[in-house]
Amino acid sequence: MAKTPIAFTHNGDERAVFVDDGQNLLDMLRRTAGDLTPKYGCGQGTCGACTVLVDGAPQLACITLAETVDGRRIDTVAGLAAGQGGGRLSPLQKAFMDNFAAQCGYCTDGMLMSATALLARNPRPSRDEVVEAISGNLCRCTGYEAIINAVLQAASGGGSAQAGRR
Amino acid sequence: MPVAVSTFRTLSEAARAFESDRAARIYSGGTIVMRDVNEGDVSFNRLIRITDPAYRAVSVGSEIRLGGGVTMGEIAAHRDLAFLAPVARAVGGPQVRTVATVAGNLFAPRPYGEMAAALVALGAVAETAEGRRLPVEELVRGAPRALVAAVAFPRPSGDFRFAKVTRVRPKGAALMSIAALLPRGGSGETRIVFNGMGPHPVRAVAAERALAGRASDPSAIAAAARAAAEGLSPLDDALASAWYRREVAGVHLKRLLESR
Repeated sequence: MAKTPIAFTHNGDERAVFVDDGQNLLDMLRRTAGDLTPKYGCGQGTCGACTVLVDGAPQLACITLAETVDGRRIDTVAGLAAGQGGGRLSPLQKAFMDNFAAQCGYCTDGMLMSATALLARNPRPSRDEVVEAISGNLCRCTGYEAIINAVLQAASGGGSAQAGRR
Repeated sequence: MPVAVSTFRTLSEAARAFESDRAARIYSGGTIVMRDVNEGDVSFNRLIRITDPAYRAVSVGSEIRLGGGVTMGEIAAHRDLAFLAPVARAVGGPQVRTVATVAGNLFAPRPYGEMAAALVALGAVAETAEGRRLPVEELVRGAPRALVAAVAFPRPSGDFRFAKVTRVRPKGAALMSIAALLPRGGSGETRIVFNGMGPHPVRAVAAERALAGRASDPSAIAAAARAAAEGLSPLDDALASAWYRREVAGVHLKRLLESR
């Protein structure tokens, strides 16, 4: 099986790895790069658990060919807390905790990345915009309300989730 | 994962490789083909990637030309393509729209194909990498195996409307979707296209006939709604039965025509 060398930026760090023919980005991140935060859910691009950011835009790692990220920037949940220095939770992660937005937690990493992409381009989203932004992420526990409230709270700078409602 | 990946810097090289290798598939956005790769589909053993900038180009004038590799996200965000944004936003969720392409949508199995339906309504022509041109309406009926380099269509002079009918919002598979091109002032062709009412996007010819030249006339709209499913063979699947689709096609067409 052919191996293809690629280089990419992984949560701010330069990485160079060999990818297998046909290997998907999720498999490469988890097995080769050792980042277990993107989750394997459906493996067919339906559930959103494997959401990562490629050059800032949300993508499903399980249906992305690994070698297409050569030269690009990959951000995952592993970089959210690290980005705060010393492993403190990011404001978005803290808002998820405060709002009990994780139950089993399997969808959480994908939810966090979809919400991160939203807040980067739209720091004060409406409730409808939050719903749209996480529409590609399935959660079978929370009924979504707690997650939506958490994103709105993070957007409003940590105050009440109600503050973000329009 | 015994799938080789070949990357080509020009569309013509990619087309030659695709033509000469029956076991190759195109990796455009990857959202469909990667499912098959992940499942170990052995009906193909090679993916062809295209990095030609022409494949990603958009040009907007009296004619609109979209490279096959233009994504739904790019269309949704493009200032001069606002009329197509509702179609682009109906495809997948945000993560899928980041990568899903125009050319990929033309070959997407049902219930997908919202952009394909819209392009049929707009009278778009597909241009293959070898320079052949054929109407998207023909291509979706079972295309000759071809690499679609771009699609082109005249900027709509009339009213272009689109609706996706789904039980789950904001993201759910479509029971059907409807794209309508309604000429202004009585001149030009009326085109009504359903996705979900056949094995591929299909024109509702009887409804078009009822509406020709008078798409805002309530009696014409009523006649079009009654004739919406005439001659069509709706999908019969887990999302909805063919009977149900036949029953509601006219209802949704009427709502679309009466909107605004």
